[in-house]
Amino acid sequence: MEDYEPNIIGFLCNWCSYAGADLAGTSRIKYPPNIKIIRVMCTGRVEPVFILESIKSGADGVLISGCHFGECHYKSGNYKANRRVKLIKKFLEQMGINPNRVKFEFVSASEGNKFASIVTEFVEELKELGPLTLNLIQ
Amino acid sequence: MIKVIIDGQEIEAEEGQTLLQVAQSAGIYIPTLCYHKALSPYGSCRLCVVEIEHNDRILYHTSCQFPVMENLIVKTNTERVIQGRKIIAELLLARCPDSEKIQEMAKELGVVETRFKKKDEDCILCGLCVRICQERMGVHTIDFINRGIKRDIQPPFGKYSDICRVCGACASVCPTGARVVELTELSQKEPRPIFSDFEEGLTQRTAIYTPFPQAVPKIPVIDRNNCSHFLLGECQICVEVCEAKAINHEQEDEIIELEVGSIVVATGFDNFDPTEKPEYGYKEFKNVITGLQFERLVNASGPTQGHLEINGKEPEKIVFIQCVGSRDKDGHEYCSRVCCMYTAKQAHMVRDKFPDAKITVYNTDVRAFGKGYEEFYNRVQDENVEYLRRELDDPIQVVGNEEGVIVKAEGHPDIHADLVVLATGLIPREDTKELSRLLNINLSEDGYYLEAHPKLRPIDTFTDGIFLAGCCQSPKDIPDTVAQASSAASRVSNILSQKELEIEATVAKVDESLCRGCGLCIESCPYTAIELISIDRTGNKVEVAYVNEALCKGCGTCAAACLNGAIHHLGYTDNQILAQIQALGDEEI
Ligand code: SF4
Ligand code: SF4
Ligand code: FES
Ligand code: FES
Repeated sequence: MEDYEPNIIGFLCNWCSYAGADLAGTSRIKYPPNIKIIRVMCTGRVEPVFILESIKSGADGVLISGCHFGECHYKSGNYKANRRVKLIKKFLEQMGINPNRVKFEFVSASEGNKFASIVTEFVEELKELGPLTLNLIQ
Repeated sequence: MIKVIIDGQEIEAEEGQTLLQVAQSAGIYIPTLCYHKALSPYGSCRLCVVEIEHNDRILYHTSCQFPVMENLIVKTNTERVIQGRKIIAELLLARCPDSEKIQEMAKELGVVETRFKKKDEDCILCGLCVRICQERMGVHTIDFINRGIKRDIQPPFGKYSDICRVCGACASVCPTGARVVELTELSQKEPRPIFSDFEEGLTQRTAIYTPFPQAVPKIPVIDRNNCSHFLLGECQICVEVCEAKAINHEQEDEIIELEVGSIVVATGFDNFDPTEKPEYGYKEFKNVITGLQFERLVNASGPTQGHLEINGKEPEKIVFIQCVGSRDKDGHEYCSRVCCMYTAKQAHMVRDKFPDAKITVYNTDVRAFGKGYEEFYNRVQDENVEYLRRELDDPIQVVGNEEGVIVKAEGHPDIHADLVVLATGLIPREDTKELSRLLNINLSEDGYYLEAHPKLRPIDTFTDGIFLAGCCQSPKDIPDTVAQASSAASRVSNILSQKELEIEATVAKVDESLCRGCGLCIESCPYTAIELISIDRTGNKVEVAYVNEALCKGCGTCAAACLNGAIHHLGYTDNQILAQIQALGDEEI
């Protein structure tokens, strides 16, 4: 298990978290390369299907990160995303998948450091959980 | 309407007015002392006596108390009237020979010396203080006691009053300027002076005041938190004295809605409050002031008319301390950018005023980065200003002694100073966060507004049409602020001059053949960009969603909400994102 590297798909909103990740990059802050970022305009765009599809396609963890509450560029997208993520976590639990594999976070455009530490921690947590195996009905 | 003749001039007066009021309204001067526009006339000083001819009878009466009536011929300047006034002036002068105000008044009437025996009083028993307290403040703390030569003004039984509010109205109207009624003798309560924000707390102001000399519009404002009327429902003296009848205490804050095409945020900064760092001794010692207070003290229109003095003395040993509240790893980590240069300027000004003063500047690096700045810094050093460098983290402390203060900085000998100027840093305004929510713009980690890109878009925010100018974005000096503000202005005119605006192509689009008209998307859209329209589907009228592209901001929330997959978020369609997911999911780390 030593060299297990979890695969994370991250959905980052364009205005806060994507810019925050960008800042982490331009400020040369180090964080594990395990995350693959998909940019969406707002976390409100993230459909439950995206999360399920990520897991199905082989991701060990899914990070959804957007603006802080009250700061969503589109006013309320992150509130909607928050509700959806809560529901999908319940669903995952019923499917026998640890809901901690899905994480909802807030990173503003200035929080490059926070983004890096969230990714670092998430990788650690997923390493604890180990690889995700699914019994998919073909 | 009643007609009166004053000094040969026929004047129309209203029933109930006094002769003094009528004369004043016609611009005829009658000297007064115990009269106040906002108080009932009392007639104690007798200065306003005039000659009144009524039905062939001549009488001499105080004009402040005499009501107008028909057939009055009034003369304000006859020989007898003038002589009478002079005698009154002499009597008043004899009573209060030391009062400058009385001396002035007497001089105006041509009286310099008195023939009467001089006394040592400072009260002329005009009762203005009694009246203002009772009639306007609604308190009645003080009143006359005794009669004749023993007459005096006191609180009941000459004891501390429980009802006195130490508002100071009594002292403010005293015409002898002697403040006979000392607040400390009336009450044990501490008076609460109102300090002037503009003068950086160096002077006091009244509850109604013009914010600062160049204020636009230059109109006085009422400080609700300190105005007696708002606090206690009394007073309203200002209403009485305002000739233009412009004061209205009923006025409420209004919310004015403006429709605009663009917004420039130029809300500025707050000054760091050095009491947060007690080691500097600010507020503890009078000799320790901030850079902004220094500016007021050397300003020709400031509280000292530009004479730099501290505790009434010209300073001889001055220490400037830089980086107070800036570059602080536990607080405001950034450099405030202006303090090095304003300190250099202030050191130069001190040298200009006091060629022999000993001037020391404690700095933790001098950042003279702008055009001509390094040259100026060198010039100030050549003017015998001593620049001492200390480490930012090294302790520095200002302690007090009898003559002044001592600045103790690690690694340097103690310096005795009679003036210490703290170069306080700039901090984000207190309401920055509130406004950022209102405008939907972001903050950077240091608490200032965040620009869209630090190098390429330093004026824009992430919200279209909202731009930043000045210190609300980060500390900057005047040339930088002007540059950014001009740039913001041109950005705005760019938008406003266009006939048509281009919008982002990232919008939502409904696939009518998949939409079932449930309306879920309508609820999810934060911009009410979606509505239901009816279309013809195979001969049937059905309702489907329709996205108004001009209103749609392209967040994609509706696309996520639609259970039928009928909304495509252009540029971020389900298929595009799912393809990304599948590609990334399989990827090896
Ligand atoms: S949510 Fe989908 S199906 Fe329902 S009205 Fe909107 S586009 Fe049509
Ligand atoms: S993309 Fe966002 S703004 Fe546009 S119609 Fe959908 S919910 Fe409204
Ligand atoms: S734009 Fe960032 S969460 Fe909505
Ligand atoms: S002003 Fe009329 S008596 Fe004093």
